[in-house]
Amino acid sequence: MEDMLFYDRLQFAFTITFHYIFPQLTMGLSLLIVFFKWKYLRNNIEKYNNTAKFFMKIFAINFTMGVVTGIPLEFQFGTNWAKFSELTGSIIGQTLAMEGMFSFFLESSFLALFIFGEKLMGQKLHFLTGFLVFLGSWASGWFILATNAWMQHPVGYEILENGKFVLNNFGALFTNPWLLPAFLHNQLASVVTSSFVVASIGAFYILRNKQTEYGKLFLKTGVVFGLISSVLLAFPTGDWNAKNVAKYQPAAFAAMEGIFETEEAGAEIVLIGQPNMVEKKLDNKIAVPNILSFLTYQEWDKQIPGMDQFKKEELPDNVPALYYSYHIMVGLGTIFIAVMALALFFLWRKKLYSSKALLWTIMFLVPFPYIANITGWYTAELGRQPYLVYGLLKTSEGISPTVSSGNTLFTLLGFVALYMLLGLLFLVLVGKTINEGPKPQTH
Amino acid sequence: MEIFWYIIIAIVLAVFFVLDGYDFGAGIIHLFFAKNENDKEVITKSAGLFWDSNEVWLVVAGGMLFMAFPTFYASVFSGFYLPLIIVLWLIIFRAIGLEFRSQFKYQMWKDIWDKSFGVSSLLLALFFGIALGNIVRGVNLGGVKDGVSVYEGHYFFLPLWDSSFSPLSKTPGVIDWFTLIIGLISVVTLTIHGANWVILKTNSSINNKLKNIIFKLNIVLTVLTIFSLIVWQIVNPNSLDNFMNNPYLLLFPVIYLAGLFGLFFIKKIKKDIYSFVLSSLLIVGGITSSLASLFPVLLPSINKVNVPLTIYNTSASEYGLSVALNWGIIGFILLFVYMIIQKRLMGGKIDKMDYGH
Ligand code: HDD
Ligand code: HEM
Ligand code: HEM
Repeated sequence: MEDMLFYDRLQFAFTITFHYIFPQLTMGLSLLIVFFKWKYLRNNIEKYNNTAKFFMKIFAINFTMGVVTGIPLEFQFGTNWAKFSELTGSIIGQTLAMEGMFSFFLESSFLALFIFGEKLMGQKLHFLTGFLVFLGSWASGWFILATNAWMQHPVGYEILENGKFVLNNFGALFTNPWLLPAFLHNQLASVVTSSFVVASIGAFYILRNKQTEYGKLFLKTGVVFGLISSVLLAFPTGDWNAKNVAKYQPAAFAAMEGIFETEEAGAEIVLIGQPNMVEKKLDNKIAVPNILSFLTYQEWDKQIPGMDQFKKEELPDNVPALYYSYHIMVGLGTIFIAVMALALFFLWRKKLYSSKALLWTIMFLVPFPYIANITGWYTAELGRQPYLVYGLLKTSEGISPTVSSGNTLFTLLGFVALYMLLGLLFLVLVGKTINEGPKPQTH
Repeated sequence: MEIFWYIIIAIVLAVFFVLDGYDFGAGIIHLFFAKNENDKEVITKSAGLFWDSNEVWLVVAGGMLFMAFPTFYASVFSGFYLPLIIVLWLIIFRAIGLEFRSQFKYQMWKDIWDKSFGVSSLLLALFFGIALGNIVRGVNLGGVKDGVSVYEGHYFFLPLWDSSFSPLSKTPGVIDWFTLIIGLISVVTLTIHGANWVILKTNSSINNKLKNIIFKLNIVLTVLTIFSLIVWQIVNPNSLDNFMNNPYLLLFPVIYLAGLFGLFFIKKIKKDIYSFVLSSLLIVGGITSSLASLFPVLLPSINKVNVPLTIYNTSASEYGLSVALNWGIIGFILLFVYMIIQKRLMGGKIDKMDYGH
């Protein structure tokens, strides 16, 4: 029983983490592609159109990976979390079915047209199809986050005697106070990822001294988009999310901030420290007093409950992982703002394209927004523990009653092997596309 | 309301099998009959352009099943755990085969992805048929042993096969001789359908040969159909009751037979689209007849202890189903608009279209 739960969780975490590598780029990149296409419509400079088409190729590879890794996820609710599906399907099934109906159909119908149809339909229509692809991918984010928001903060439901959750207010699913901040934050985070990807390909072209004309365009656009989205990510949206967690999931909040003991007069903010679960304290702590209370409630001495205020069964079961995930996300977020601000300053002083050190930094920073996104999700998902539906349904009550741990381990290993192959192919193909570059080649 | 959603999901599934069915079939044709590079290229292209939008129908069918009949979704997906995960892996191999083949010009690279596409198409066609076979045969709901349920009455777990390999065993597996026959029917049907698609969409050099193949396969299919009807009676003796009580349901088998009969004239049919419609009738007729024979049961129970899963004992609440109908209608209207736009821009043979880059 215990190890069944463990393997089911591990498998879900593995497959969804791998899936999320791809949509986080496609969602943000579709915005940038629409931007480049729009610039082309305005100024008619071929460079912008080639850029849009180049990123479309990268988008297409990511999209394929997103689709093939997304299909297993949808079915995994049934295969590995059957009890959860049975009990809550009439609610989260709504948002998941709507995602297919309203976003996947839209996205996949117009993606083919966007890729193959430029000559068939003229520039204005081509822009429009690109815009619809963007709309489809953001709608997908909206519905999947509505699903997740319901698990984090259930609304609009009723529980029957047999334990089933049934919907009694459809509108509530979309006015869920958890949804809007999570959606905005998550979409901005995906814009950050794609801005870093665009900027770092640009830095690569400049450093390699090939396709530099495109390199400069990529770098400039990536830096501007990157700075704006990084700032908005921390404030107001990150802050807004933190307030929601403090309000609706106080136990998760205590754990992710690393507050072991409640302080009478205002909570300090921890910058560095390692949770010590045996002695229930942070080792090597560096903290600033009262800041957390102020950030969360705008009152310097507001009391924030620490982990000592909760029963063990209500606390997330992996406090260190939660704490580190959260601090990595916030730490990286701060670094992103700093680097992008510096880059913009250099751009303004017209020194960016020649400052090697900064270009190298931007180029090698590219994995970090991915890490920040994934640790962000780990914060959300580990903080939700030990519940699947916060406060109402324990994770251990959601697994499939008939699937043994051996079966799950077997399929988990299969997914690991298959996804390693996929990851390898993905890198080869993206590498090849970047190497060929956006310049139109004479066939 | 349950019946409404049952019909909607049946339609979505039928559309999925008609649409994705042709690219499964194209994969099988590609595996066995495409010999020169040009044919291989256009056949992959005829499937590659559309598999993604076609597969969305499967995703949507899954989502709707989840929303409307959550208990059925939970029971079936966990009960058929192993075959389902294998199907997911095959879907991945097929998709990357289609997408990645044209990325490099090396022959070996292409060969690998051709096989990946062809073999997984074949196996998927087989598995989908086997799945249908399992649904009509029924399962040991509750995992009953010696008259006692091991699980809650609406859960079960099937091994890939049972040593007796018989559908009449008390604990049948996913694969037995009955489900294999249904699997074969599915492979033959989808091969015919795929061949019609290739003829319709491409100018490949094997188009004429394919008509011959369709003709032969159609004979095989007729034999298999008759044979399966007999064994179907053995496996599920009640399978004709619905048709006896409600003769109008016979429309569905008639659709199937019309397709089967029509395809014997494949060589005379001038317009390629007509033969494609005929093989679509085969698919639609086959699926709807099987569903009609079971209705309102979704999954029969082969023991006496637990009742079968029906659309009534697995459905979501009335309220949920009725709001979903509202957005469902809006969604379908939008979808038709997309499809019309797409067909207007992408109709005709695909040879000339610029695929990939
Ligand atoms: C590039 C990625 C990225 C970066 C730099 C940040 N975030 Fe974030 N964060 C995410 C990517 C992300 C995410 C992956 O998008 C999450 C996961 C769930 C969600 O809706 O968004 C998230 C969730 C998330 C949550 C909700 C956790 C929960 O649900 O329990 C909070 C409180 C924050 N973030 C706060 C911040 C703050 C204060 C940041 C300051 C810089 C920050 N995030 C930067
Ligand atoms: C890309 C973003 C996401 C990542 C990286 C992620 C990560 C994880 C992780 C790490 C777990 C395991 C937690 C544990 O140890 O128990 C988990 C569990 C789970 N997540 Fe997420 N998650 C993401 C988004 C979502 C979304 C959007 C949903 C809902 C639609 C969701 C639903 C679930 C479910 C059902 C489980 C299993 C139950 C559990 O263990 O809590 N996840 N996810
Ligand atoms: C439990 C969680 C999840 C499930 C069940 C899921 C399911 C799916 C499925 C089935 C597809 C393929 C659809 C197609 O055929 O086009 C897909 C793709 C996609 N998913 Fe997920 N997904 C999950 C998590 C997420 C998250 C957290 C996001 C982002 C917020 C996301 C965004 C997307 C997007 C944008 C696509 C389109 C393909 C692409 O652009 O790469 N998904 N997802």
